[in-house]
Amino acid sequence: MIRSVMVINTQGKPRLAKFYEFQPAEKQQELIRSVYGVLSSRAENVSNFVDAESIFGPDTRLVYKHFATLYFVFVFDSSENELAMLDLIQVFVETLDKCFKNVCELDVVLNYSKMHTVLDEIIFGGQVLETSSTEVMKAVEEISRLEAASNAISLVPKSVSSWRSR
Amino acid sequence: MAGSSLMENLFQRTLEDLIKGLRLQLIGESAFLSKALDEIRREVKSTDADTKANALHKLTYLSSLYFYDMSFAAFHVVELLSSTRFSHKKIAYHAAAHSFSDDTPVLVLITNQLRKDLTSTNEFEVSLALECLSRIATVDLARDLTPEIFTLLGSSKVFVQKKAIAVLLRVFDKYPDAVRVCFKRFVENLESPDSQIVSVAVGVFCELALREPRSYLPLAPEFYKILVDSKNNWVLIKVLKIFAKLAPLEPRLAKRVVEPVCDHIRRTGAKSLLFECIRTVVTSLSDYESAVKVVVVKIREMLVDDDPNLKYLALQALSVVATKHLWAVLENKEVVIKSLSDVDSNIKLESLRLVMAMVSENNVAEICRVLVNYALKSDPEFCNEILGSILSTCCSDVYEIIVDFDWYVSLLGEMSRILHCQQGEEIEKQLIDIGMRVKDVRPELVRVSRDLLIDPALLGNPFLHRMLSAAAWLSGQYVEFSVNPFELMEALLQPRTTLLPPSIRAVYVQSALKVFIFCLNAYLLQRGNAASSSTFDRVVPDVPGLVSERDGPESSSLASCDAPVHCKQDEGFNPRVFDQSFEGLSVEHGGEETATLGQASASSSLKDSFTHESIVNLLNRVELAVVPLTGSYDVEILERARNILCFTELIKRDLLDSPVQKEESLEREGVQASQIIKLMHDAFSNDLGPVSVSAQERVPVPDGLVLAENLEDLETIFGDVQLPSLNSFSLGSPQYEERAGFSIPIHESKEEPVPSSESTSLLAEHRKQHGLYYLPSANKEDDYPPANDTKLQAGTNDDDGDLVKLTEQLLLSKKKPNHAKPRPVVVKLDGDQATIATNPRPKEDLLSGTVRDVLLGSDTNPTSSQGQASTKSSSKRKGKEKLNVDSAKENLGGVEKHDQGNPGSRKSKHHSHGKGRRHGSPGKKGAETEENGQKLKQKSSRTHSKHKARQRAEVPLNVVAQSPVIPDFLL
Repeated sequence: MIRSVMVINTQGKPRLAKFYEFQPAEKQQELIRSVYGVLSSRAENVSNFVDAESIFGPDTRLVYKHFATLYFVFVFDSSENELAMLDLIQVFVETLDKCFKNVCELDVVLNYSKMHTVLDEIIFGGQVLETSSTEVMKAVEEISRLEAASNAISLVPKSVSSWRSR
Repeated sequence: MAGSSLMENLFQRTLEDLIKGLRLQLIGESAFLSKALDEIRREVKSTDADTKANALHKLTYLSSLYFYDMSFAAFHVVELLSSTRFSHKKIAYHAAAHSFSDDTPVLVLITNQLRKDLTSTNEFEVSLALECLSRIATVDLARDLTPEIFTLLGSSKVFVQKKAIAVLLRVFDKYPDAVRVCFKRFVENLESPDSQIVSVAVGVFCELALREPRSYLPLAPEFYKILVDSKNNWVLIKVLKIFAKLAPLEPRLAKRVVEPVCDHIRRTGAKSLLFECIRTVVTSLSDYESAVKVVVVKIREMLVDDDPNLKYLALQALSVVATKHLWAVLENKEVVIKSLSDVDSNIKLESLRLVMAMVSENNVAEICRVLVNYALKSDPEFCNEILGSILSTCCSDVYEIIVDFDWYVSLLGEMSRILHCQQGEEIEKQLIDIGMRVKDVRPELVRVSRDLLIDPALLGNPFLHRMLSAAAWLSGQYVEFSVNPFELMEALLQPRTTLLPPSIRAVYVQSALKVFIFCLNAYLLQRGNAASSSTFDRVVPDVPGLVSERDGPESSSLASCDAPVHCKQDEGFNPRVFDQSFEGLSVEHGGEETATLGQASASSSLKDSFTHESIVNLLNRVELAVVPLTGSYDVEILERARNILCFTELIKRDLLDSPVQKEESLEREGVQASQIIKLMHDAFSNDLGPVSVSAQERVPVPDGLVLAENLEDLETIFGDVQLPSLNSFSLGSPQYEERAGFSIPIHESKEEPVPSSESTSLLAEHRKQHGLYYLPSANKEDDYPPANDTKLQAGTNDDDGDLVKLTEQLLLSKKKPNHAKPRPVVVKLDGDQATIATNPRPKEDLLSGTVRDVLLGSDTNPTSSQGQASTKSSSKRKGKEKLNVDSAKENLGGVEKHDQGNPGSRKSKHHSHGKGRRHGSPGKKGAETEENGQKLKQKSSRTHSKHKARQRAEVPLNVVAQSPVIPDFLL
């Protein structure tokens, strides 16, 4: 299964972090730091693998991709295929690209919950759920619509009702 | 009230505001964040759901990316979960999934809300609940919500169904009994027309099968069908992973899948699938030559690919294949060696591993030379990787691949000189180990040690201190092979040794003492021989009288030790000592011995160097260097320095004050000094050997000896003194740790120059007792009497039965059997590997056994949270479990039959089997649920009792299918 998904910028700031097995906050910070430590020391045009066992314990692997100012990192175990995981990073990034029209770091920063919505449609509890970015987009749009609808209903009547109660 | 909430709502910062504010803040990030956090703490308590949702949203963000603890808000998350608004729910579920762990106390409160959402008509709400459950499900949640998940498995909406399947992994993990309920529907999904569903189901099976493959053997036909029919790479990868686990368990299955896997290799364009096929073949189908050949061709293609990822993975695959098909690696030798200089450290490491896999007896020297040269040029980290892997490869199986130890020892020396070398500890271990195991290499060892010791540059590298300690010890222990002991002495006492840590300095000092004594002894012999060869003979019998002012028993025992040693000369024990002693006396006798060890030249050249002046110089040098050490704060150094000084005092007075006199006529004092020197020299030249780790086990427990089960109290009784020495003899043996290895000489030194005290005799007593048990492992009776006889022998030599003497004897007898084995060169002990090999196995069995019980449907696990219920029904469960195992076994048979092309008979068999079982189980299960229900009632939750009813209604239905679960689906 996939243990963790991280998006870290080239300065070492985490932009998205998701651990599919519970980790306390300090531990998460430590893990992200050590991952960044390794990634930042790697040259361009080398393989996309990093020895993860020293960081995450036995039977873990790590692949990453570097896009512009962001590292996309997937940590997983032997039940996943390394190359398939690289493809999955591609799927994730493509979906974000569709979502935000030419995704950049700022989009990732400002759309915290949407990032998670997208990711949750691709990976569910550490398992690959969907690999087609069109399908993911469909679900994400549906969810956003629902969210917006529930918020729109809320705002007006709420203020009105509180008026009345006065 | 309403007004305040409105105000709050209007002026509350949203997550977006927070993020933007964070980017623009001028007061410093942490100040800004703590302010924001204070705000959130206030807002989260608000009665207004919107405000609360907003606050939680911000809090989750801060917790997720700025790592603030948000456990304080757990209850507010639960509150928000019950909101009817979708956006609130989404925030709440996200927060719960992010922050709840098994220990979160409020988890028990969300069962109902989850149930409500799981049965919601809005598929997105269901999806939120499932997503959350997949991350936080506990044993209780999994148990209580199993019926809902079961229903969702049959959902008509793919969107929900696939998530319900995926959540099963966590549910099964937490609550294995859910297998009974859900397994049938779960397996049916493997044949779903929707490829998404199949993909998720196979994914879950892959996870399960990786943990305990045997339980899923019965499903092999289904997986096989997918392997052959599916066009989806994701699914195929997972199925291959499953088969990689199943194939080793069932050879006939392996035979069946080889062809389809090879087909995929030939056909597929997807690298990920190709690599998975390769991995499957190299890990699990490596017995099929043809498949391996196909795969090696593909690996070679990947090796030369420009994509570093493919290259890396290909190297990995090669290293897996190397264990069985080394030819595959040899075929690609050039690429592998070229990869050593790749820019990518992953690739470098992987190719290094492969290069080491290619090492054999014939090429080890060549490969190591290439690697060491390469290490010189590479960065520190990789340099140490190289050195580390050379070391570990060469020492494996007691230096199996090393033929020329002289070469290897000088390689070790060479490695230590590499600038970045940080392998001091490992080199230390091996140097000493080789010194003890391989007798023939000692001259070379001493030469290498000398080179290392006299190099002042090495002292500056803290990583090498351990290695220097080994060098010092070796040069002291085997000083008789030294070409120039004076030079060694200089090296051991050089001023830069202050750079060493105290423990290692202590070794230096001790070695200096050994070298010193060796020199004195050599000088005395020379002089004695020159003066009168006959006096020497009288030396031994005279001893007790001569040294009478010292502790009588101790020294006499030392002397009497010489007697047996002398007799055993032709057994090859420490010939050097005798070469020395008989040098002048009997040329005709010593000749053959000297030649074999190649030290004839050394000793003859030495002969001239031990002049009176040189000895006096040496003495002064020693005093000069050692006196400052008496101010040391380290007791080890202090003690050893004192030993040396006392000794020099003694010698100086007796030996050197009136040299002219002495040389002319041997006076009594001179003889006395020479006796002391001789005794100490003999004591130091006792050989130390490795002891098998299993030696202790081979000794039967003597009658009347009661061994305590628990030795905890021993520690309090003996505290400090004895246990360390115990360690040094029993545990350390094959590879002495630094302390352990050196504690032996320490004790010796304590005994000889310093008269035995209460504690030394205690120590000796202890050794006498325990030494008996550290017998060498291999056929000791062949060549030598067992240790007990030694004791007798000792008794006859000197009826005084002194403890110290016994210790000496034990040391002798311990070492001899090891060395007497005229096995090639390396002293090996059976225990070296035997114990290592056998140990881990039982553990594994235990582990897989439990996992299997759990996944077979069963019942051993639910203990932790369901305490009472499970213990009550445990007897029933056990019965069931057994049946389950049986049926699994039968299924194994089933698969075999299937492979033989005879599925029909299997079908009928399992049907009947299943039916037979159905009569019994529902009743049992009913009772069990009852109990569950009661237990739930105790929790006094209304909903739980409601649930109880439902569970009772539903479960028995499913139970029918349970035990025979697996067989049914094979049909």
